[in-house]
Amino acid sequence: MNIVDMLLTHAPALTIAIPLLGAFLTPLISRVSEKGRNIFAIIIVGITALFVFLMASEILANGPMTYVFGSTAATVQQSTVIRILFEVDALSIFMAIIGIILSFVAVVYSYAFMEKNTGLDKYYTLLLLMTTGMLGMMLTGDMFNFFVFLEITSIASAALVAFWTNKAKAVEAGFKYIVISTIGALFVLFAIALLYGQYDALNMAKIAQSLGISGFTFIDKIALVLFIAALAMKGGLAPMHMWLPDAYGQAPASISLLLIGATQASLYGLFRIVFTVYGEVISLPAISIGWILVLLGLITMLIGVIMAIIQTDFKRLIGYGAVAELGYMALAVGTGLTIVANADPNITLQTAPFAMKAITGGLFHVINDALDIGLLFLVAGAVYYATKETSLNKLGGLARNMKYTTIFFIIGLLAVSGLPPFNGFASKLLIYESTYQLNPILSIVAILSSILLLAIFVKVLHSVFLGPALPKYETVREVPKSMLLAMAVIAGIIIVFGLFPQVIVTNLVEPAANALVNNSGYLQWLTGGF
Amino acid sequence: MKGMSTIVKTIANIGFPIITIYGLYVIAHGHLTPGGGFQGGAIVASGLALLAVAHGTSWVESKVKEHDLSMLESLGALGFIGLAFLGLLMGGAFFSNFLVDTSMLFGAIPVDGAANINTGGTLPLMNFAVGLKVIAGLFAIVLVMAIATNKEED
Repeated sequence: MNIVDMLLTHAPALTIAIPLLGAFLTPLISRVSEKGRNIFAIIIVGITALFVFLMASEILANGPMTYVFGSTAATVQQSTVIRILFEVDALSIFMAIIGIILSFVAVVYSYAFMEKNTGLDKYYTLLLLMTTGMLGMMLTGDMFNFFVFLEITSIASAALVAFWTNKAKAVEAGFKYIVISTIGALFVLFAIALLYGQYDALNMAKIAQSLGISGFTFIDKIALVLFIAALAMKGGLAPMHMWLPDAYGQAPASISLLLIGATQASLYGLFRIVFTVYGEVISLPAISIGWILVLLGLITMLIGVIMAIIQTDFKRLIGYGAVAELGYMALAVGTGLTIVANADPNITLQTAPFAMKAITGGLFHVINDALDIGLLFLVAGAVYYATKETSLNKLGGLARNMKYTTIFFIIGLLAVSGLPPFNGFASKLLIYESTYQLNPILSIVAILSSILLLAIFVKVLHSVFLGPALPKYETVREVPKSMLLAMAVIAGIIIVFGLFPQVIVTNLVEPAANALVNNSGYLQWLTGGF
Repeated sequence: MKGMSTIVKTIANIGFPIITIYGLYVIAHGHLTPGGGFQGGAIVASGLALLAVAHGTSWVESKVKEHDLSMLESLGALGFIGLAFLGLLMGGAFFSNFLVDTSMLFGAIPVDGAANINTGGTLPLMNFAVGLKVIAGLFAIVLVMAIATNKEED
């Protein structure tokens, strides 16, 4: 076995292990050199990114990968699967690519952005732990393991949200986040216990198979409701979004970026559980999970944009924009789910081809939202770095001194409101087209939200960057190069995705959508072996 | 926090070694009896907290530094993940128990009904690593909180 094959075999484990190792090495390296530690964190995330892309090329060519911890093969005895498994399919790796891009940009951005802070060894340790948790949630094939990584992500991100402890609001936001996360995680744990009690299994594929055999018992329904409620709460869907603008708004900008990844990991968990774990029974009669998601999505979009209009704090406003964007994903995937989870044999994916389009659009929007909202957060962070101010009423005329930041903001603004030729347009068009066929009102609300997003961010552009030069910001300089580089990386990806959406959709998003809808690939190893 | 009376200090001094030995026992027998690295570590850390309460934080601060504790904590975590990586190198899978069924330490196969401490492969070693991390981590938390309240009183 040559070295590349060996690395590839162990890639799912190493993707988690390397940032974990890096997290615990950080305090030790911090003692030797502060600068060395910052570069070390960048290198660790870079190596992890290499493993993620290595896995991506393998999975897109040859189908799902499984990795057994502690042994070379899982032991399947009667009905139980012994050992923890990582199962990585096209959807998991799609999410992992988003996560690792966000993490890489965040760690590069932190280099200059956090420079003047103290306690940075803890900052980098937590940042790497958060990356570990986020990737773990995306790659794991084990229910309890999912819960553990959910907790790792929650605890690390709550501490990071409250990183600027001298600001009372940051501490409050962190506290709110940890309370919400703990409640959500306990719901998840309870639901896992309900499934474990019935099927004696924690492996997702095994539970899916057992569910298919046993049908859809009352307890399974309770577990499903708990999963959806808890993960929608962690995923920031209205009316359980109240923690999100606080946490996004008060965290350092690099952490807001990573929080997007953590939120989307929870949404991924929601989709994975509904489509894969409950995949065998979701189409049984009297279930309208799809419509619930659609409804949640609509409320989320409307509340997000309406609340964003009245905000006067730069980062909090973007936080509400992020809430609205999350609504699009729930709307689109929910639209697909109304067709997938339909008891009527005449309505299937073949007779209603828009369902597949909706899911593709929804998943494509996951990556686009991460990039667009992420870029806006980085710009807000850059403005804060330069002026120490986040209030929209006090800022003004910054375009004179910060021309690159202004350009990046304009790119983010156009992309987030879905204007061509940026990436937001590609995914939002898919969402409008497909949701229209389910019900025209859905796409009307979606378009209305986009228009409002454009209006909101044009207002921000005007009040922060345009207008007369203010005397107190005369000495403001452009932010350091590493921060510009981080923003440029995201802006570059936004433009590439916007110009060639078809390449991304066929190579990355469609395999992910197929993996989501069709759970037989995920269950294959149970029957087919390794 | 100031130290307490001589009676409390004396009792704490007598109690501390017993608590510590019990905690270390729980860590060492983690693979045989209920408990393990975390539980044993919490017991040892509670013994250390007892000392801190009885003798006062300034006395403890003169003996241990908080950043030394966080370094120990990192070492514990590194030991744990290092063992997992060793499993990858020597056993063919991450976290693989490469020590079991060898003539090395903890390598013996357990016999039914007999609690032999020399079994378990890498499990006891991982318990030691977790124990170290929990002792250092929990004591650092207690110390930091005690120092913070100390400052408020001044």
